[in-house]
Amino acid sequence: MTLNLSGVGLTHANGQVALSDIELQIAPGERVAIIGPSGAGKTSLLRLLATAQQPSAGRIEVLGADPWRLSAAARQRLRARIGLIHQAPPLPPRQRVVTAVLAGKLGRWSLGRSLLNLLHPLDTAGAAAALARLDLAEKLFEHCDQLSGGQLQRVGIARVLYQEPELILADEPVSAMDPVLAGHTLGVLSEEAGRRGITLLASLHAVDLALAHFPRILGVRAGRLVFDRPAAALTRAELDALYANEQLQQPATPPAAPYVLHIPRC
Amino acid sequence: MLTLAVPRDPAALPRLLLTALALALLWPGLSLSELDLGVLLHGDSAATMGNFVAAFWPPEHGREFLDLLGRATLETLAIATAGMSLALLVALPAALLASRALSLSALHRGGRPAWWGALLRWPVRGLLIVLRSVPEIVWALLFVRAVGLGPSAGVLAIAITYAGMLGKVYAEIFESVDPRPARALLGSGSPRLVAFLYGILPNAAAEMLSYTVYRWECAIRASVVMGFVGAGGLGQQIDLSMRMFAGGEVASMLLTFFLLVLLADQLSRLLRGRLT
Amino acid sequence: MRRPGNALLLLGLLAAVAASFIWLEIDLGALFGADSLRQMGDYAGGFLSPDLSAAHLQATGRGALETLAMSAIGTLLAAGLGLLLALPASGRCGLLATSVARLLLNALRAIPELVWAALMVLAAGLGPNAGTLALALHTAGVLGRLFAEALENTPGEPAEAVRLAGGGRIAAFCYGTLPGVWPQLLAYTLYRWENNIRMASVLGFVGAGGLGQMLYLSLSLFQEAQASTVILAMLLLVLGVDALSGWGRQRWVSA
Repeated sequence: MTLNLSGVGLTHANGQVALSDIELQIAPGERVAIIGPSGAGKTSLLRLLATAQQPSAGRIEVLGADPWRLSAAARQRLRARIGLIHQAPPLPPRQRVVTAVLAGKLGRWSLGRSLLNLLHPLDTAGAAAALARLDLAEKLFEHCDQLSGGQLQRVGIARVLYQEPELILADEPVSAMDPVLAGHTLGVLSEEAGRRGITLLASLHAVDLALAHFPRILGVRAGRLVFDRPAAALTRAELDALYANEQLQQPATPPAAPYVLHIPRC
Repeated sequence: MLTLAVPRDPAALPRLLLTALALALLWPGLSLSELDLGVLLHGDSAATMGNFVAAFWPPEHGREFLDLLGRATLETLAIATAGMSLALLVALPAALLASRALSLSALHRGGRPAWWGALLRWPVRGLLIVLRSVPEIVWALLFVRAVGLGPSAGVLAIAITYAGMLGKVYAEIFESVDPRPARALLGSGSPRLVAFLYGILPNAAAEMLSYTVYRWECAIRASVVMGFVGAGGLGQQIDLSMRMFAGGEVASMLLTFFLLVLLADQLSRLLRGRLT
Repeated sequence: MRRPGNALLLLGLLAAVAASFIWLEIDLGALFGADSLRQMGDYAGGFLSPDLSAAHLQATGRGALETLAMSAIGTLLAAGLGLLLALPASGRCGLLATSVARLLLNALRAIPELVWAALMVLAAGLGPNAGTLALALHTAGVLGRLFAEALENTPGEPAEAVRLAGGGRIAAFCYGTLPGVWPQLLAYTLYRWENNIRMASVLGFVGAGGLGQMLYLSLSLFQEAQASTVILAMLLLVLGVDALSGWGRQRWVSA
């Protein structure tokens, strides 16, 4: 089991409940999409799985180990095997794209190699290859503040591809891209997962993209796992129930006025 | 599949050159400054420093000494204040002369004076730069030789250096406020001083006051430092006590210095808050 | 504006200024009177013909290089030490480390450079080494505090992301925090270099080498012509460093 969550809950410091009672098992090599309304807890779930936060309740197992029972050093080694694609890419504006991508392997490199890489990139070819898969090879030596939102997201993805993790967690990886580019990028991620036999877990806004690229769909709403289905078996009613929002009033359509033929009296 | 050639890093050469330059400058730098960090950790130098610092305790608090300390502190305050007021007397006219804000030739050139207008202002600007760039303690040393030991030298040194600093900053403040009122007055024929008083001063007063009070605070610290070369005040007393190896006295005076700096800082904040 | 309060305050300031002159017993008449001005004029006259002989120019040149090296190496050391202390002082290593680092930085800052120089001359003997160490220690306190503030105000997400991908703390700092914050650090360092070149000239007065020591000697021996050359050299040095620092800040800091 790559991922195993039982009875997991997460409560923020201010008392707000982000997740409650999550039961989830994901086998190695699976491709799973997480969908749900805004604020449902998708990001919290992914950050939990990336060991960024400790669950307030329940047990979590990632890549065969409970990360919070490990020593700090062992947890860092575990984290090097997990690749988290952030929703807002955490890239310093003045950093060059090549350095940003090469930072993916910092979990594996020694300190000396990491510092030397800052002076002069040691694996330009590797970074170029990762960027080429996302059609960004020509931006290799540009600075991050010269890129658009969608390009920055792709650099973030290239960094995780360069990292070569055993588990990829993607938090809205294509939110700033146009539909065609988004589909293409998800295709690249799926292809990477399939080729290396690794697990891919992605949260998405666009339901059609999720249904098109992922065989298994998780629905999250108000911190709970509402459904866990194969994509083909998902019904329209379940999707509506997932995204139903009682607070958003449907604008009242006025009743169509009956058409009255007005014949002028002369 | 086409194997792309690995692109060359455009930043590689500049970085290499910069690193080479830094190393090339570092070597003579280290040898000229005779840097030797080991000296701090060496046995006897540490012992010497240790003995010196140990003599600081207990700080001297005899009645006569505290009297002397109080008078020296007041002297330092007086040197700073008197020096600043003299500096103001020079800085204001100099700033008026040097600032482009009162240039008549700039009226119809969109704010930039004609070449002869800029040329005439250069001597004043140059003078202000020279006054600023020579460290104030050098002025203090010169004045001690010229007018003898004591606070007069300190007052004159502060007056000259700070005249340069205040003059330059005032000129820049005059140029940075809205130029239209002054230009309107100049354009309708009023004398330059009147244009300044009615057009520039109201807007610039707050910033000028704020900077002047900040500089007064620096002047207090400078007065203490200048005392080391005989310009009176707390610094001169610290120098005398250090020569006599009277550690306790030096400790008391250093403590007083810290308190003075703290008080000046608070006073300066108060004044800037109330007047601006 | 609080009119009556402010009027009172201004009156108070004028009174303070008057009191200062009275306390100091400076006889302005005597100071700016004919005799005194003539005396100053005579003294100043000695400076109008600086000694430009080859031997003295060589000595002055060497003194200038010594002063330049003192200020540059001292500021460089200070930047390194300051950054080292700024890391705990900005709260990255726990509360105790923060308090200790802040205390140390305040202590380094509060002691003026001249006092440090006097201490260093005791420890290291006469010469530029004392001056370099004194500048380094005092400026480390100043830069450390400025660096800590810059580090506190910089976003922490990039470094956190590197940590989350398994990177070590140092790597996370260098890849996540440093790229965003180094222009500010460089600006502070260059600005302090401008200040230190002035102080380096002056530290020579307590025996720390360079142009300051030469000036003190020539003034004590009443050799005004030689002193004048040294002052000119100081002036050129200060103007040069100001220009270099301004260029550096324009090139690398204003992005």
